[in-house]
Amino acid sequence: MEFAIVRFPGSNCDRDCEHVITRVLGERARFVWHQDRDLAGADAVIIPGGFSYGDYLRAGAVAKLSPVMESVAEFARGGGPVLGICNGFQILLECGLLPGAMLRNRSLEFVCKHVHVRAVTTRAAFTGGLDAGAVLRIPIAHAEGNYTLPEGQLDELRARDQVVFEYCGPSGQVGESFDPNGSIGHVAGVCNEAGNVLGMMPHPERASEAALGSTDGLALFRSAVDAVAG
Amino acid sequence: MTTVRILISSKEGVFDPEGKVVQSGLERLGYAGVARVRVGKVIELELDATGDELADQVASMCSAFLVNPVIEDYSFEVVEA
Repeated sequence: MEFAIVRFPGSNCDRDCEHVITRVLGERARFVWHQDRDLAGADAVIIPGGFSYGDYLRAGAVAKLSPVMESVAEFARGGGPVLGICNGFQILLECGLLPGAMLRNRSLEFVCKHVHVRAVTTRAAFTGGLDAGAVLRIPIAHAEGNYTLPEGQLDELRARDQVVFEYCGPSGQVGESFDPNGSIGHVAGVCNEAGNVLGMMPHPERASEAALGSTDGLALFRSAVDAVAG
Repeated sequence: MTTVRILISSKEGVFDPEGKVVQSGLERLGYAGVARVRVGKVIELELDATGDELADQVASMCSAFLVNPVIEDYSFEVVEA
């Protein structure tokens, strides 16, 4: 299986994703520069974390204008699996491929630590191999991860089964004290209505080898491989 | 050329963490009477347009790129030379 990893000026988790896909899972990965449009042959697309365009204007706002994002939108419309991690999630929000927006963290601080997230649903791309309700320990590293939605839309999102991950405690308990950034409904990841586009703030690629303290993130990449293998 | 000043602020009801922190800073300085602080941003453009054409251009730039309508509101003014 081949993953396309999109690179913007300021992407910095692109090689981490490639490492997990090629060295840990033994699959293929290729980088796609943001000025290119060619996603032919890719079975899945990853928009990695980083600080595309220095986060100028708003995180992800400038990246949405890149030529490659037109191809990503087309790929997504065709049902192809797309995963946006951290800045990649912010870009997908700015593009309108996912609902909502990001605010500065409630603390106003850059938060970099391991957190727990609960898989609310497993219908989304990259989550098919998880158990519903599974608790994953995965690191976050962001200043703008305070997810927000217009008034009343959280209930609609939940009703459509689009909340994929929520911040929780080690045994899956959900509450204010486990929420690192103030997100509405403690949301850590959402998918589009069809389920093939997933955005999440935690970094699964940083939790895919025992040496890094957790292997819980590997299940996401493996899920994508299994889904393509059918 | 017309200079346009676009003022972007967080939407009513959207949590403004920066405003809260600035307010508490003012309180620490002894300005207890500040009921509310909102922090936004200013973008100045120089445009070769006037009147309705200018207003249309600014509106389309804001909705396509400069403003995120989920969390932000904007207004703009023409800066007199």
